[in-house]
Amino acid sequence: MKRAFAFLGLAAGALALSLVATRDASAIPPPFINDAAILGEVQLDGEVRKMPRTFREYGFFLDAAGRYPDDRLIPYELNTPLWSDGADKLRYIYVPEGKMIEADGEGLLKFPVGTAIIKTFAFGEGEARRYIETRVLMHRADGWIALPYRWNAEQTEATLALAGGRIDLTTPAGETISYRIPNKNQCKTCHSLDGAVVPIGPKARNMAPAVLSRLVNAGKLASAPDVVHPMPKWGDDTAPTASLARAYLDANCAHCHQPGGGASNSGLDLRWEQQDPFAIGVNKHPVAAGRGAGGMLVSIEPGNPEASIIVHRMDSNEPGVAMPELGRSSVDHEAVALIRQWIAEMTRTDGRPD
Amino acid sequence: MRHKVAGEGDNYMIRLTLAAALLASSGPVLAETHAISAGDGAQERLQEALILAEPGDEIVLEAGRYVLTDGLSLDVDGVTVRGAGMDGTVLDFTTQAGAGEGLLVTSDNVTLRDFALENPKGDGLKSKGADNIVYYRIRVTWTNGPDASNGAYGIYPVESTGVLVDGAKVTGASDAGIYVGQSNLITVRNSIAEANVAGIEIENSRNALVEHNIATRNTGGILVFDLPGLPVMGGGNVIVANNLVVANDTPNFAPPGNIVAGVRRGTGIMVMANDNVLIEDNIIDENPTAPIMVIAYTMGFEDERYNPLPRDVVVGNNLYGTGGDDPQLDGADMLLAAFGGALPPVLWDGLGSIYAVEGTAGWSLNLTEQGKGLGAANPSPLAAPAPAAEFDRSGIGAPAELDERIG
Repeated sequence: MKRAFAFLGLAAGALALSLVATRDASAIPPPFINDAAILGEVQLDGEVRKMPRTFREYGFFLDAAGRYPDDRLIPYELNTPLWSDGADKLRYIYVPEGKMIEADGEGLLKFPVGTAIIKTFAFGEGEARRYIETRVLMHRADGWIALPYRWNAEQTEATLALAGGRIDLTTPAGETISYRIPNKNQCKTCHSLDGAVVPIGPKARNMAPAVLSRLVNAGKLASAPDVVHPMPKWGDDTAPTASLARAYLDANCAHCHQPGGGASNSGLDLRWEQQDPFAIGVNKHPVAAGRGAGGMLVSIEPGNPEASIIVHRMDSNEPGVAMPELGRSSVDHEAVALIRQWIAEMTRTDGRPD
Repeated sequence: MRHKVAGEGDNYMIRLTLAAALLASSGPVLAETHAISAGDGAQERLQEALILAEPGDEIVLEAGRYVLTDGLSLDVDGVTVRGAGMDGTVLDFTTQAGAGEGLLVTSDNVTLRDFALENPKGDGLKSKGADNIVYYRIRVTWTNGPDASNGAYGIYPVESTGVLVDGAKVTGASDAGIYVGQSNLITVRNSIAEANVAGIEIENSRNALVEHNIATRNTGGILVFDLPGLPVMGGGNVIVANNLVVANDTPNFAPPGNIVAGVRRGTGIMVMANDNVLIEDNIIDENPTAPIMVIAYTMGFEDERYNPLPRDVVVGNNLYGTGGDDPQLDGADMLLAAFGGALPPVLWDGLGSIYAVEGTAGWSLNLTEQGKGLGAANPSPLAAPAPAAEFDRSGIGAPAELDERIG
């Protein structure tokens, strides 16, 4: 029965297509966010494409080049973001009509089925600005799926990069790197909790009140949750070092280093809310770090950053040593300096400065 | 009415008909075979095949050398990856630029067989939370031999229930050649671990059978460890039997800081913490520090869930050749003099409980406190009671269904 209805819908779609076909083929089509593509369901052409080959198929942007977002895309920023070789990130949330986001305290927002979270990675300023890739995270009936799209050199179109890819570019820090676009499985490696794909970034505690209000004003969130322990804004000189450091570790490390995460077997838990100093690595011996340990005995030795594995691995760019393992091809020197300072100031063993 | 981009409607009716036909005939999906060859674009072609595979599919890696720059991963249940033999199909990671391992498996019921990995920058083959996995005739080699800059683990299943490693060969790992961690129902057999720091290591795992392997030229041959501070602890129910543990005499080349960096050159079979471990019918020869070593966890710890002692470790009949004749121990000269030129085969630190069949020669450090180092050692010949009962082998080893996959 359901299928029959689907075909009725398709017949209507066919009519629409025949009308469209009579128009100038070069005209920009009217706004059309393709909910069926997000959901992995039957599209107007009668086909199911679980992994649409082009980014334009979703219709998130008015143009194939992805410069003009549909006004139902809600832009958002994070207080302390994941660092990706210094890439500039353009983030949007799309929630389909009639659906709402639910807050879950200070934690990850609960997005309804049909949601898409879109993140474009760009490098360069002004004329030289280039889109490199756009990652799309979609909530389908059977769970979340993450797909990477790679922009072409002409900047006119992004196509599915299932197997990921590499591209040479210069970072804002001036380093020439082989930037890595993750493959679909690598998307999941970071976005994985208890074996299922989940969003990482949009936690209420990591979103400014203005951003949460934006979701409320868009009619997609009933009310902004109370955030008692917000994560600080990255680069805020007035925030305590420990607070900045813990926020950075939460945003950059904790998606794997938490119970149920990709690196759960390490026993390291770097989530913002973790209070146990041993769990965040204070005087904790490595387990399976291999040469990643770099000859050091513990993840964090209070007062001694140079004897702390966490600094060593963040400061390395060598596969097998470098942490995070995925998502960067250069060292975040600013963050390394911060973590160094945090550990240097750590005179007690509880992971907090005096 | 929303519209679609113009120009795609021409063959619409044809496709609609086709779609209807496909929907009407949707029967069981047949398993498919996807053949991949080496050469240009191998990285993308192979990775795409691993992503697009459906449960039951087989990915065939044709003979050849695959030059890969990034780690591969598999996240689809029930897939078989089959090469043309561990010398025929080689995944070459010498120029790897990213990822923490060569191939990462995160799905269940996967079979990996008949191929090799060379020079992965981090770990070789890692499977995490991947239940019922089979590694069959897999080779992982760091071609420059023992070197601290080699990756840590060759074959690395962790947090899994049901692990079978059969016919594997791992050389040069800077931690453990074959390492099974935080897992349950495990068999490692018919495999060769050579010139690694630890040949075969079973860590924080239960119900493991380690049999018919060759461990040679490692720093330590076969290790059975339980460590504190991990999500899964309480290692035990382990059988180490019918292995050839010979000439594990490579100086320890593990990067300092790792637990295996403390393994003494010349350790044959070593048990640290754990309960119910049987060491039987092995041939143990030319391991200059200790053919068999049974000790408590050596360091301090704060984890209340953790038991640092070896409990109910049973040393059965083994064939002992030479050994203990060049021990990497403090006071080695005095010890050798006291024991007549070579230490007896079994070294126990005196903590926990050990049983040995009659006629087993050994010595004890007679420590009385865990985590306080060896300073208080007061060596004497081993006086271990004979095993009180037959070792309970029930429930130990990989599920039988894993055998059937390589039958």
